[in-house]
Amino acid sequence: MKQTDLYGYSGRILRVDLGSGAVRREPLSEDLVDRFIGGRGFVAKLLFDEVPPGADPFSPQNLLIIATGPLTGHLLPSSGKTHFGTKSPATGGYADSNMGGHFGPALKYAGQDVLVLSGRADRPSYLMIDDERVEIRPSEHLWGRGALSAEKQLKTELGDDFQILAIGPAGEHQVRYACISHDFGRQAGRTGVGAVLGSKNLKAIAVRGSGRLPVFDLDAAFAAGKEAFRKVAAKPGFSAWTPEGTAGITNWCNEMGVFPTRNFQTSYAGHYPRINGKAVLERLKITDKGCACCPTPCGKYGHARTPLGDAYVEGPEYETIALFGGNCLLPGIEDVAYANWLCDELGLDTISAGAVISWAIECFERGLIPESRIGRPIAFGDLSSVDYLLRRIAVRDGIGDLLAEGVKRAAAEVGQGSDAFAIHVKGLEWTGYETRNAPSMMLAYLTADIGAHHSRAWVLGHDLAGAWTSVHDLISSDRAADRQPPAVIRPDCARYVIESQHTRPLFDALGVCRLQYMELGFEEHHYARLHHVITGRERSWEEMLRVSERIWNLTRAFWVREIPGFGRAWDNPPRRFTSEPVPDGPNAGYFLAQEKLDQLLDWYYQARGWNEDGIPTRQTLLRLGLPEAAEAIRGGK
Amino acid sequence: MMLKAIHERCSGCGTCRLACAIANFREVAPARALLVIEGRFPAPGDYRIHLCDQCGECAEACPEEAIEQAGGIYRVVPARCSGCLACVEACPHGVMMAPKGLDTPAKCTLCGECAAICPREAILLTEEAAA
Repeated sequence: MKQTDLYGYSGRILRVDLGSGAVRREPLSEDLVDRFIGGRGFVAKLLFDEVPPGADPFSPQNLLIIATGPLTGHLLPSSGKTHFGTKSPATGGYADSNMGGHFGPALKYAGQDVLVLSGRADRPSYLMIDDERVEIRPSEHLWGRGALSAEKQLKTELGDDFQILAIGPAGEHQVRYACISHDFGRQAGRTGVGAVLGSKNLKAIAVRGSGRLPVFDLDAAFAAGKEAFRKVAAKPGFSAWTPEGTAGITNWCNEMGVFPTRNFQTSYAGHYPRINGKAVLERLKITDKGCACCPTPCGKYGHARTPLGDAYVEGPEYETIALFGGNCLLPGIEDVAYANWLCDELGLDTISAGAVISWAIECFERGLIPESRIGRPIAFGDLSSVDYLLRRIAVRDGIGDLLAEGVKRAAAEVGQGSDAFAIHVKGLEWTGYETRNAPSMMLAYLTADIGAHHSRAWVLGHDLAGAWTSVHDLISSDRAADRQPPAVIRPDCARYVIESQHTRPLFDALGVCRLQYMELGFEEHHYARLHHVITGRERSWEEMLRVSERIWNLTRAFWVREIPGFGRAWDNPPRRFTSEPVPDGPNAGYFLAQEKLDQLLDWYYQARGWNEDGIPTRQTLLRLGLPEAAEAIRGGK
Repeated sequence: MMLKAIHERCSGCGTCRLACAIANFREVAPARALLVIEGRFPAPGDYRIHLCDQCGECAEACPEEAIEQAGGIYRVVPARCSGCLACVEACPHGVMMAPKGLDTPAKCTLCGECAAICPREAILLTEEAAA
């Protein structure tokens, strides 16, 4: 087994065909590293090259790829990130999801940067990787169990030093937004990666690595890593941001009127002081829980007591608070924590699950889904309604079978205009920011390359705070929820979105968390320096951003190839956002009419070098060094 | 000097283990680390830091007198070690290690790198006796 001489990387790809049981390790190619860096870049390239065009996401032909980056597992702030990719069962398009914790580093110490899973096991199985040993083992004893319980069981069987990924019943039943869980509270949450694992009959992956990572200049890397920890600790945001983590932004989102409430009917929830970061600290928290090498752990692990039972749970973090506390209107932080725990155990993405349930409740209130079909009345603000629906969704029981399909498909079945308030883009449910008065952020959601997700570009600061604002300035805000002025639409909206879409996902390629950069203002040149001393490759931040642009265009090409007729129509929100004024709160009266969105998309496509239908031009793809994409999407366009 | 653990501050990031492996073995290989972070999940939901307090029980257990104390720090003398691993058995904290690929066990040298890098000040290099 020859390893390449790539510093920083493990140097190998591990391929496991679950159908034949074939296990193969191959060297990581220099070309892949040069053109795509790692993590998200590897995922995008391997999916584009190796998933057969038109493959059903639940077929054995689909791949589930787990990829680390060159900085994953090294001594520097927050090097614990792992990237997952597949052809999404939620959207039918390009899909990826990023996860913290300790799995990615362990995968590298065990001797590979990337794991590519193909085929389908003929019985419930789990994959065990212990350095050079790779075994597909039976998992009937784990099948049907919750993701957290399965993780605990495997740690008991194999040893505490194994890092575990597991799916819950939702993944087994191929719920289209099932997640993959790790470390009792970290998830690859979005796009249904857990459902793809379920379709492959794979309950879990366990990895232990005792090896070492090659480093170009170990002394320089050790010194630079230690310096990076010191510099992060000296940032003003270090002590301000860490205590509450992402939950700390709940206040600001309500003050600004961007908090999804009652299935995105409005954007302000008056009870937010009962579900904010302070409530997490005062009512739930046991310990801060960090990913590998994280100096600013956003994970808050806690214990909640509710009338439905006790829950030990990591979180809730901001997104879960927004979707369950705001969108489903759960009244207290304990209720949100319980819903969070139940999603984690069942293996459901809290974002999509919260969006689906709030849509179902609105449908019930409007008489579009009758009580007879649901099996009982359901209501906003009621934890037992949430509990009832989550448990049915996870095993596709009754109404759960409809809701397991996600809001886009469910609305198509229910009809009666319910698609107007099925809040998604491209089939992926919308996350925790309501944007009817935030045009840049709206554009970010419309153009995110997995569907309606916030992590690709977070430009609310530009829309609302009037500047390119760091999130740490907004954390633990405690102001009045004043009336907001109408947001201004201008070409800069597109420019900010594109810059952010290149910067933020670059961290997913490098294999590190972006929060120290985004929330604390830890400067980008540190990453370029660390990348150099660890890998021996001198790449400026600007050069790496160009790789990020290449990846962005490759993922767009994947959509164009996989979805017949793909184009501008896929970059639009549901009608609620283009025709219904926000009824109350700081942004009362505002909405973004379709012609304004059309203008935003025109600016965006033009700035990207895409045609008026949002398809990358041949010239753009060749300029970015993507001849394979230029070739693949030429026919029929 | 002494290493002291403040368990409540630990967030399980494991940076200490990586720094330990680099400082003592010049390898980015946390499996080599000479301290252990235990996560107790799902309940009670916290972390415990297991580290060497230079108690000397390893030296007492060694039949070859291959673990010597100087300046309050116990060190393995490889030339005298027979590899019986009695010291590993004897360590009350589970941090006398027998790393894969090495002939002799390894233990904390009180280099202090774990304490220096811990972003949570959960490991301290202190004059006082460990709790």
